[in-house]
Amino acid sequence: MGWFKRSPWILHYNATSCNGCDIELIASLTPLYDLERFGIINTGNPKHADILAVTGSVNEKSTQVVRNLYDQMPNPKVVVAVGICATSGCVFQDCYNVQGGVDKVLPVDVYIPGCAARPEAIIDGVMKACEILEEKYAQRKKSGKLAES
Amino acid sequence: MNELYALIKSLSVPERMLAFVILAPLAGGLLSGIDRKLSARLQGRYGPPVLQPFYDVMKLLRKERIIVNKFQDFPIVLFLLFTIFSGALFFAGADLLLTIFGLALAGTFFVLGGFCVSSPYSHLGAEREIIQTVAYEPMVILMAVGMYQVTGSFRVGTIAHHHAPLILYLPGVFAGFLYILTIKFRKSPFDLSMSHHAHQEIVRGITTEFSGPALALIEITHWYEVMLLLGMVYLFFAFNPWLAVVMALATYLFEIFIDMNYARFKWQLTFMSAWLFTAVAGVSNIIVLSLMR
Amino acid sequence: MNALIFLIVFPLAVSFLALVPPLSLAVRKGVGVCVNIVLCAVPIYLLVANLDQGPAYFHLESTIIDIGMLIVELFIAGYLIYISFTSKRYLTALLVIVQSVIMVSFEFTSGHGMQIEHSLFVDKFSIIMALIVGIIGSAICLYAIGYLPEYHEHYREVKDRRRYFAFLMYLFLAAMFGIVFSNNLMWLYFFWEITTVCSFLLIGYRDDEPSRESAFRALNMNLVGGVVFAIGLVNLYSSSGIMELDKLLQTDKGMVLLPAVCLAFAGLVKSAQFPFSSWLTGAMVAPTPVSALLHSSTMVKAGVYLILRVAPVMENTAAAKMLTLIGGVSFLVTALIAISQSNAKKVLAYSTISNLGLIVACAGVNTAAAVWSAILLIIFHAVAKSLLFLCVGIVEYKLDSRDIEDMDYLIMRLPKLTAVMMTGMAGMFLAPFGMIISKFITLRAFVESNPAMAIILAYGSAATIFFWTKWMGKIMSIRHGVAEVVEHRVSRWEWITLGILAVATVVVCLAFPFFSFHVINPYLLEVFGKTPVVDAFNVMMVFIIMVGLLIILPLGLLFYAFVDKNYKRVGIYLGGGNIDNITFEGAMASTQPIALKNYYLEKYFGEERLFNVGVFVSLTLMIIMFGVAVI
Repeated sequence: MGWFKRSPWILHYNATSCNGCDIELIASLTPLYDLERFGIINTGNPKHADILAVTGSVNEKSTQVVRNLYDQMPNPKVVVAVGICATSGCVFQDCYNVQGGVDKVLPVDVYIPGCAARPEAIIDGVMKACEILEEKYAQRKKSGKLAES
Repeated sequence: MNELYALIKSLSVPERMLAFVILAPLAGGLLSGIDRKLSARLQGRYGPPVLQPFYDVMKLLRKERIIVNKFQDFPIVLFLLFTIFSGALFFAGADLLLTIFGLALAGTFFVLGGFCVSSPYSHLGAEREIIQTVAYEPMVILMAVGMYQVTGSFRVGTIAHHHAPLILYLPGVFAGFLYILTIKFRKSPFDLSMSHHAHQEIVRGITTEFSGPALALIEITHWYEVMLLLGMVYLFFAFNPWLAVVMALATYLFEIFIDMNYARFKWQLTFMSAWLFTAVAGVSNIIVLSLMR
Repeated sequence: MNALIFLIVFPLAVSFLALVPPLSLAVRKGVGVCVNIVLCAVPIYLLVANLDQGPAYFHLESTIIDIGMLIVELFIAGYLIYISFTSKRYLTALLVIVQSVIMVSFEFTSGHGMQIEHSLFVDKFSIIMALIVGIIGSAICLYAIGYLPEYHEHYREVKDRRRYFAFLMYLFLAAMFGIVFSNNLMWLYFFWEITTVCSFLLIGYRDDEPSRESAFRALNMNLVGGVVFAIGLVNLYSSSGIMELDKLLQTDKGMVLLPAVCLAFAGLVKSAQFPFSSWLTGAMVAPTPVSALLHSSTMVKAGVYLILRVAPVMENTAAAKMLTLIGGVSFLVTALIAISQSNAKKVLAYSTISNLGLIVACAGVNTAAAVWSAILLIIFHAVAKSLLFLCVGIVEYKLDSRDIEDMDYLIMRLPKLTAVMMTGMAGMFLAPFGMIISKFITLRAFVESNPAMAIILAYGSAATIFFWTKWMGKIMSIRHGVAEVVEHRVSRWEWITLGILAVATVVVCLAFPFFSFHVINPYLLEVFGKTPVVDAFNVMMVFIIMVGLLIILPLGLLFYAFVDKNYKRVGIYLGGGNIDNITFEGAMASTQPIALKNYYLEKYFGEERLFNVGVFVSLTLMIIMFGVAVI
């Protein structure tokens, strides 16, 4: 049984997003798209989350925060870059304070393009992330590192 | 149903305890799944599968254990153990007051767990959890007192087999109990310390620092607690087991309905209204009963 | 009989021995240890010797003793009048004069003809009280050996009067033994006044303005109690010619109702029930051993002891109902006020009044079940509360604060002490331990006789959970990283006492069936002719929980401390802004420390808001109590 893909909990962090992707992410929880039918919950707490969904490019100020949040998530965990800014930095990538996409800081597993990313795309991306989650769990199980200290 | 009832009656005390320990989480989890499905439907959503709570718990048990301090999971284990123990006592037909005190002990461990991690979110959640405890505790004790006044016994077994319908003697107590049941079920408007809804809670109150297996234990404990509380609702209608089961379920549905219709109250309002409602509904009922004797 | 006299005379002798110029310090300490062992051993001997026996009454040729007592009483009165005039407290002087006039005139008018058949007696209840006084009292005296040097180091401005302190402590112990063994009410009254004076002098030990103020308040209130006590005695003798406790209980109840109410009033003052609660909270300025001994475990218990003794006389009268309600009001209101207090000693003081209120209420109900739970409450409360006082006393000097808000991470700074403290707290409010068992029984006793009290108990115990849990949560919070351990400075004497009391807290819980069957039940059989029926299944379940906890707790702690390695340690959640574990990055790149504070809900449960309500309500009840007694 793939328990992880049945119950992926999301932590959403807005790195420097313009709120476009954030609104779409929240919109996917609404009756029309209803993310919860896949067991997905928006937790707001890294310690409960399986999926870190980052919106917006990462800049000087948000680098450490993104790292902190990622470190506080229990394994297995995946990172989803939501929207084109999170994917690559988009038009802001040359800004003096912008590092670029989330993958400059964290190992990103799923990239969801779009400006803003559409709810359908977000749901697709999250479902993709679920599969990676399962894979990561299987790997951890095989390597006998169910919980390393 | 009559055969089932006869079967339950034929069980010995340890067997009944064991039955509770095994069956309660299954039933509680299923109820919780129905709750989520129904809540979604009330909001016009499709909702997760009915078995979703089990999926969640199975997943959480498989997650890595991350902790803030070494001892933080211990209170949670005690929380689970004592909730199970008091629930088992209740369904074995033992003393109602003992059950209530056992449950209070379990709740205290939960709060202490929230305190011991010394995280601001958890701390605030723990403070609110105590306020909730203080808000519901009088009514829970008064419920036991009211049942004693009618049946002359604190034993759950005796109360359950009382010939007269308890609800006719204890309408006020039942109303008061219904009110605090919202707190115990962690439903809006009284889900101050931790909420099951993302729209209600930004972090997760008292459970903020508990993740993976510990969070799964908290969830399972909640299922046990729900079954135990529905068992208490059952007692009010125990003269007719069929009706009692239906009323217990109806109570649960009613709480879901309340949950969907209210936003969270402030703790001030929660606390004052719970005590006031206890005083008006519960206390007056008990005074009337003592005058009747 | 010899044991009884020994228990009264021996501490008295020790107290005077303490006044003589010192041999060497080591010798004094050695003598102190020996004395305390004797004081523990003799009550235990009494218990063993009287285990299968009913109450025993003893005759004593008492003319000389009576005269001696009168002289001592006059001497004390003179002393009190002197200091009240020198510090311009004329009310105190007036009360002392009134009291002395009553007693002296009584002595001269009817003292000659008075025939006392039995001056001393011992029954199971006295033995329980003697055990409490002996064991806890001597344990606290040991603690004081380690505590007082530190006290004087801490408050250099206070004059070092250690010998005077020891004198008063042992004198007090002698008086307490006198109270619990006296059958002659004149003697009881004499010892009662001695405890009042000891309390007054010990509260004023620091000899600065606040402690003098508190001392005089305590003295005034207890003198009012004493005056009423004296009036009760005069009334008793003039109406029925009785001056003995056992005869008081055997006479026609209607005739001696007023004296009984008077004695109960004195008991209410002594046990700091509303409207007289303010003296006990004021008394917290005293050094901690005093608070632990006089103001939580023994002297205030003498108040409820007397009430429990005279309660059968008031049975089924309106006066008893009022007594119950006064106890109930004190229990509820002080439990609520305790929520709003952050001063640790004040929380303990209010919680003490609260529990004493419950005992008074049980005495007012006065059924076998109620008295049973009252005695259990006395035992459990004495042990756990004195332990808590002593812990707070140590914490106060290690942290330079007695505020609960300063006790963050106490378990990291004083680990062993915190473990002991949590044992005491668990004894006060967690389910399988003493106090909550007693409340459980009390609730049953109330439901049968007085549902109004059950309601008060329901609200009051909710409040009790509140203030204990948040305090306990405060001291057991752990943060990542290290904190300075300050425990090594706790003296050996203090550890011994804490050890004794912590073990006692657990042992009295485990031994409660023994106490119940062999000590309390025989007493109840004598008084009520029946014993409360206890559900064996319940007792077994409580035992399972208790033993289970005692096994699981250490095992679990060991498991999580040493065995469990399967985890990853991360920081607390601070919105991702963690710098380290106690600071986070705030606005403008500032470093913000986290600070966790408890709720005190002063808007609802503030002292000034509720205290006067309690005083007013209980004053009304008290007037009614006397009203029905006079009519």
